[in-house]
Amino acid sequence: MNAILPTTRFSRRDALVTGGALVIGMTLPVGGALRAQGAPQMPPVSPNAFIRIAPDSTVTVLIKHIEFGQGPNTGLATLVAEELDADWAQMRAISAPGDDKLYANLSMGTQLTGGSSAMANSYTQMRTAGAMARNMLVAAAARKWGVPAAEVTVTKGVIAHAASGKSGRFGDFAADAATLTPPTTVRLKEAKAFTLIGRDGVGGHLRRVDTVAKTNGTAQFGIDVYEPDMLTVLVTRTPRFGGKLKSFDAAAALKVKGVVAVKQVPTGVAVYGKGMWAAMQGRNALTVEWDDSAAETRSTAEMTAQYLEKAKSPGTLAGKKGDVDAAFAGAKLIEATYAFPYLAHAPMEPLTGFIAWDGKKAETRFGSQGPGMDKAALAPALGISPDAIAIDVMLAGGSFGRRGQADSHFAAELGAVAKAFGPGKFKLIWTREDDIQGGYYRPLTVHAMRGAVKDGKVVGWSNTICGQSFAFGSPLADMMVQNGVDAAMVEGASNLPYALPAARCDVHVDPSPVSTLWWRSVGHTHTGYAVECFIDQLLVAAGQDPIEGRIALLGDKPRMVGVLKAVAKLANWSFTKPLKGRARGVAVVESFSSYVAQIAEVSLNEDGSPRVHKVWCAVDCGVAVNPDVIRAQMEGGIGFGLGHALYAEIPLKKGAPTVTNFDGYRSLRITEMPQVEVMIVSSTEAPTGVGEPGVPPIAPAVANALAALGKARPATLPMVATA
Amino acid sequence: MAITLNVNGTSRQVDVDPETPLLWVLRDDLRLTGTKYGCGVAQCGACTVHLDGAPTRSCSIPVSAATGAITTIEGADGPEAKAVQNAWVALDVPQCGYCQSGQIMSAVSLLKDNKTPTDDDIDAAMNGNLCRCATYMRIRAAIHQAAKSLSTKEMAA
Repeated sequence: MNAILPTTRFSRRDALVTGGALVIGMTLPVGGALRAQGAPQMPPVSPNAFIRIAPDSTVTVLIKHIEFGQGPNTGLATLVAEELDADWAQMRAISAPGDDKLYANLSMGTQLTGGSSAMANSYTQMRTAGAMARNMLVAAAARKWGVPAAEVTVTKGVIAHAASGKSGRFGDFAADAATLTPPTTVRLKEAKAFTLIGRDGVGGHLRRVDTVAKTNGTAQFGIDVYEPDMLTVLVTRTPRFGGKLKSFDAAAALKVKGVVAVKQVPTGVAVYGKGMWAAMQGRNALTVEWDDSAAETRSTAEMTAQYLEKAKSPGTLAGKKGDVDAAFAGAKLIEATYAFPYLAHAPMEPLTGFIAWDGKKAETRFGSQGPGMDKAALAPALGISPDAIAIDVMLAGGSFGRRGQADSHFAAELGAVAKAFGPGKFKLIWTREDDIQGGYYRPLTVHAMRGAVKDGKVVGWSNTICGQSFAFGSPLADMMVQNGVDAAMVEGASNLPYALPAARCDVHVDPSPVSTLWWRSVGHTHTGYAVECFIDQLLVAAGQDPIEGRIALLGDKPRMVGVLKAVAKLANWSFTKPLKGRARGVAVVESFSSYVAQIAEVSLNEDGSPRVHKVWCAVDCGVAVNPDVIRAQMEGGIGFGLGHALYAEIPLKKGAPTVTNFDGYRSLRITEMPQVEVMIVSSTEAPTGVGEPGVPPIAPAVANALAALGKARPATLPMVATA
Repeated sequence: MAITLNVNGTSRQVDVDPETPLLWVLRDDLRLTGTKYGCGVAQCGACTVHLDGAPTRSCSIPVSAATGAITTIEGADGPEAKAVQNAWVALDVPQCGYCQSGQIMSAVSLLKDNKTPTDDDIDAAMNGNLCRCATYMRIRAAIHQAAKSLSTKEMAA
């Protein structure tokens, strides 16, 4: 494809490989040795797609997962460096471009970051790439020195032959290595031989590869793309979900200095300006009429009341064990409801994207979370083949789920604004107001719980959920809907970890034009709260200690028991009366195959709102590749989960959001951040994710602490009314 | 209209609407992209720069009012800035990193005014800087570490 832009980030990447620097020049099949180790089936690894070695011996790893804070640039570079026996200081990381053939998520079949799966699906693949590159460097050195390859060692980036005293660095052999026949088999290290994976300790952890650029202003995010003659584009969208454009008058907007054009696009009216200020002024000057005949007209208060009413009768069965009705008969019944508001993801960098369009092909640069899906949405918007579209994945200022959409609506809009204008270069920006009011929220959801306690034991459990589904009718419905149930609505609730004699979970779906989306930890954000609050309530009613009571019900879940025991030890847990006005609550949630238990220590502010002083957290995510990144994700997940549980909601009035920015959509601030102490439970299991699993336990841990303080576990979130 | 700005010690001429927020002149006209847009209404602090040394939300001040010396993250220098940036790196504070320019500018300003900030001082100075990744615990620790390194250097000097 001929480039539209004279200097692309891709071509700068190519500069990395000039001068004979690229080690490996062909696709290498994975051989039998790897399979014999029991590795999952994997397409052939192409290390040249992942690893570039420059003459100065820097090793650049192309990272197939988008970096928005959760750490794949550091994590995947660690995997390569470990098998390459590189020195950590020589490692670099850069986002891989959009290419499903090379960079698919092995658990999804397309290049997509989600479900906290980056480390899990890359663990073997990236180590294999590193081992292949090491093998070829060693072979090149052995040939040059005329010594047996078996006698050549690699330590911290130095290739050496002890007997002859020869040594060199990776860059010295990169060009020669590129001419060699690649290995058909590689043997990966045993865990006990790891020197980089798992490295930890004060001052000893591997520094993140992206920290320096993120402290001096040089890190380039999607919003930082500038090209000559680029126009800034803002779109006016319907204020009510489901509203359609009726008419618009662009005359005043076109008079604004710097406004170049106003065009209708499928999502509304696009204003093209020379810079953000012109686009903002132009958009403000638009007169737009909307057709609200198919729009949502309810308020969130009405919706919540309707959902709670619906949840009084059983919905579609999602999970069942034993005879719940029989268990309830003659037992002490306990009931609770929990209502969860719409939540925006509100990443610090709102949605932004750049596109260069020449009428036949497009080059885009943005924080694309799912480049394969985004290409599929850009293509029809532009009327071209996906093959004529390039996506350069940029650093993104957070996501929390927002940048990966089943319908790739942002990519489609990016294509549409280019197509509507004609050839040119455009940066589409969603303002914070667009972001907060623009939907794709964590779905409004309620849970109705009933439980039975008999003879000091929890004997029955029922959970009826009512909410919106973002799976039904979406391109991902086939993947997400099982037996008529959207798995994302019931995960963590339909498959309780607790071995109760009788339990059932069922679900109602309420369709609404309000757009919804997965939100950091997806269904677990509400099921974790409902399950962990209610089991705590039942255990306390049964006279049991919340931790010992849970452990007794987790007989076949050793890793959940493991994190509970670890967090109890870390916090020196004893379930007693409040001490000096503070009490503790616990919660444990498995999400995305990682296990997290948290204990929160809480007191009450003068106004009765909770103040969280300290959180102890134990996590089991298998092999801990980057312990400090894991700790950071637990700290951040706790802060993220806590801020929303305490303060955040998007209320609707007559189908329109009533908050517009961070003044109304309240976020956790530094004064409200508790001390967090994290313990990583040692494990030899394959690594699993940490981006999301830190979130679900914190809200129920706080609620359970409130119960210990004599308050009710909050039935409606957020816990602190802000509006 | 033509406006002259003093940015990072250099005089810069721009031809813009005088009502344009300083943030967008820094980014769109001067291509100083380290200063970030987060909210546009002085609620998040991602756009924090120094105006005559004081932390200022560049999204909410018209460029025509920015008549003093402007320092952006690209021009952050001096012992406090170095101490803060070093501490941020040592503790691996950033996650997504998008808010961190603003966090660092606020932290540098704090340490210029207060060599030994308490937790309450940090809260007061940093409360206007949102971090959606919630890196707050490390921000607090890094400010303490930066303060410590500054006092150690002073004692050594």
